[in-house]
Amino acid sequence: MKTYDIVIIGGGPAGLSAAVSAKKSGTDSILILERDKELGGILNQCIHNGFGLHTFKEELTGPEYAGRFIEQVKELQIEYKLHTMVMDISSDKVVTAMNSTDGLFEIRAGAVILAMGCRERSRGALNIPGYRPAGIFSAGTAQRLVNMEGYLPGRKVVILGSGDIGLIMARRMTLEGAQVQVVAELMPYSGGLKRNIVQCLDDYGIPLKLSHTVVEIRGKERVEGITLAQVDEKGRPIAGTEEEYECDTLLLSVGLIPENELSSGMGVELSRVTSGPVVNEGLETNIEGVFACGNVLHVHDLVDFVSEEAAAAGRNAARYVQEAGRRKGEGPDAAAERAHYGAQADRRNSVEQGENDLCKAAGRTVEIRAVDGVRYTVPSRINAERMEDIQTVRFRVGGVYKNCFVSVYLDEVRILHRKRPVMAPGEMEEVKLKREELLRHPDLKAITVKVEEV
Amino acid sequence: MYDVIIIGAGVSGCASARELSKYRAKVCVLEKAEDVCCGTSKANSAIAHAGYDAPAGSLMAKLNVQGNQMMERLSQELDFAFQQIGSLVICRDREEMPNLQALYDRGVANGVEGLRIVEQEELRRMEPNISEDAVAALYAPTAGIVCPFGMNIAFAENAAANGVTFQFDTEVQDIRRTERGWLIETDQGPFEAKCVVNAAGVYADAIHNMVSEQKIRITPRRGDYCLLDKSAGSHVSRVIFALPGKYGKGVLVTPTVHGNLLIGPTAIDTEDKEGINTTRAGLDQVLEKAGENVKDLPMRSVITSFAGLRAHEEHHEFRIGEVEDAAGFVDCVGIESPGLTASPAIGVMVAGIVCKILRLEENPAFVGTRKGIVNPQELSMEERRQLIRENPAYGNIICRCEMVTEGEILDAIRRPLGARSLDGVKRRTRAGMGRCQAGFCSPRVMEILARECGKSIREITKAGGASKIVVGVNKDVL
Repeated sequence: MKTYDIVIIGGGPAGLSAAVSAKKSGTDSILILERDKELGGILNQCIHNGFGLHTFKEELTGPEYAGRFIEQVKELQIEYKLHTMVMDISSDKVVTAMNSTDGLFEIRAGAVILAMGCRERSRGALNIPGYRPAGIFSAGTAQRLVNMEGYLPGRKVVILGSGDIGLIMARRMTLEGAQVQVVAELMPYSGGLKRNIVQCLDDYGIPLKLSHTVVEIRGKERVEGITLAQVDEKGRPIAGTEEEYECDTLLLSVGLIPENELSSGMGVELSRVTSGPVVNEGLETNIEGVFACGNVLHVHDLVDFVSEEAAAAGRNAARYVQEAGRRKGEGPDAAAERAHYGAQADRRNSVEQGENDLCKAAGRTVEIRAVDGVRYTVPSRINAERMEDIQTVRFRVGGVYKNCFVSVYLDEVRILHRKRPVMAPGEMEEVKLKREELLRHPDLKAITVKVEEV
Repeated sequence: MYDVIIIGAGVSGCASARELSKYRAKVCVLEKAEDVCCGTSKANSAIAHAGYDAPAGSLMAKLNVQGNQMMERLSQELDFAFQQIGSLVICRDREEMPNLQALYDRGVANGVEGLRIVEQEELRRMEPNISEDAVAALYAPTAGIVCPFGMNIAFAENAAANGVTFQFDTEVQDIRRTERGWLIETDQGPFEAKCVVNAAGVYADAIHNMVSEQKIRITPRRGDYCLLDKSAGSHVSRVIFALPGKYGKGVLVTPTVHGNLLIGPTAIDTEDKEGINTTRAGLDQVLEKAGENVKDLPMRSVITSFAGLRAHEEHHEFRIGEVEDAAGFVDCVGIESPGLTASPAIGVMVAGIVCKILRLEENPAFVGTRKGIVNPQELSMEERRQLIRENPAYGNIICRCEMVTEGEILDAIRRPLGARSLDGVKRRTRAGMGRCQAGFCSPRVMEILARECGKSIREITKAGGASKIVVGVNKDVL
């Protein structure tokens, strides 16, 4: 059985960034397994611009953004396999994968980075009644047909759900010659980024109907029309508010679901809120040496944050295999070791407390409690000893909040109170925790992240 | 001129065709849809009923029990999925125990083997997720689950392999008697046969009424279903029925042969023979009623919902036989539940009737076995490696939810009566039947279909007819 220090499941933005970062952290033996025909993942079909403003300080298209990372993967000579489906990962990190040239094969991994991304919620998951004709697409499927294959899925379009892909597709379908009549959103707020509502709907005069849903789909062979209705505060259609639309296409942009079938198969604990793995400060799951990043961990709004998060997962996975190597007394080669120690030493000198503890998983782990409007945090637990100097904690809020504060408490002590003019579920939020500050609270029991009204 | 024309390529039509292929006869199946298994046969509970429901002495009871008994061997000969997991009819009220007992008695009278009433304690051991209210159940070990598409397609492929012709996209418009038999007018021109079998499902009344003065009426009785993700597939391990009421067997909860959980159906009479639209009320009823007998159903795991139409005949009985005022015209109508279970026996009965009318001789060349599409997931690692070495397409996953390979899809398209649409591929391989509901794989399956069928992507349909997936190319109207 072949062995790699790190096997990365998925060659999308998360997997690519994790690979580059792990390699730069001194681990050489890395393999990326990608099921599609090229690296880059879903970015390859995101031909609109607006990617990379944070990472590269310029506006790139999805394929360009992916290209930046693919170049690095190639320069760093990181191994990858395309057209390769991971069938199973065992709890002791044996990866079973398959492609048509190598057949069915097994790889033993020192560490695994889960970076499988997410899938779109389907019509079935919404249980929308009606016929099941052609012409109902998830927005991402339509995006692939239009942007990668050049085919128009329909001419008169209604979009249900105001997730970012739906908004982007409203604009794309318009540009390609289709007539987008309306975007309906079940919630009283959009699930997408504000900038997308402005640039994809407002700029093209496409109405957004909040608190509306599709209550019927007509057409036996191809969609012929749908009925929209307003919903009450519990999301139930209000009788008498029905409006009929003639259309040949219904696009759905009603949520993304992290694809964690492999993770749960190997025994990774999943969060009921995010449907992604529960991770610690190192983005490590409950299984030692198994890390997660990107949309498989929690659904992101901006790819820049995916890259940043995945880079952390890559660093931590590298650190894990290097520490594991030392524990076994068969450490990585000297250069890698030097590089590793160098990086670690630079970072740690300021807080060095005589802890020559790179090898021991020392220190206590405390939970991060997500309350009062904060739906979840990633990570959801932190070990101050093990965390990096600055730890980004990402989260989403459960509703629209105006002129509120994001607060962080260490037990009863508020250490952060940041004013936010607007927060919405469609936009990911973050707070940064300082290792130094956490270490000053040796008896810390819990960290709390919450929204506070004025 | 055919000896026999069968109208309808559903499960009874195809079972009859396969049985008739055991005889020396020129047989043709006319089907208005683009594929076999496009009507009632594709949207039902997929149950092999034990046979205690139908009234003692009825044809329905007889063919149900016979069909059930034939199922195991047939599933091996024709290579389709069948699992004899048993069923439980749940009684939730002591006062209804006589009804449960009556069901038991009827089952015994019908010749159902192994029936017994299990009490609360044993029931809970058998099914930990059974409702707290359950007091007892009728256990029928001979009941099972089948792949309805797999069985229908297997009958059809085996019939085709033994010389039966299939004409798809062919809708019967009129039938007239001729000196030599019957002339069938279709939208694809006329067909002639000495003998006609009417296996037209919900349209069987229209077909029958073309030739007979004794008019019949088939009421489409809609059943809504919800299908749950495989993660919910082991919530129960047997078919769980409610005690039957006036409108059939009530809402059932069952694992499927593919490891999903299926709940349904409703029973709503409609006028529209194409009315396979689910309704909010119908789906809500399914979700509510399913929870009566089984607790903690993970409703969040619903991956799709659908509806099918039962071909309900007013006497709730199979009508199989030569029509009195139309010699050489054989009805196979009113085939509602337990029609799927009974279909092997229906096929034998229909073939027997036709055989007698035409005095057919046995076909010595008949081959009674058929191999289905290889499911690599049932192979060992080494067998699977060998398969990929022989044909690398089996190493290329197309549907990632159901782990369906390109090799299976190519086989589905290339074999006799092969798939021509996304739904055709789906029914044969399960590509697109998983939790993402074809979101990822449909563009790739379209590509394979186009390549294999020598068509453009623009011609590829979801299910034939006007169900095209894409309508043009980018900017074609700008």
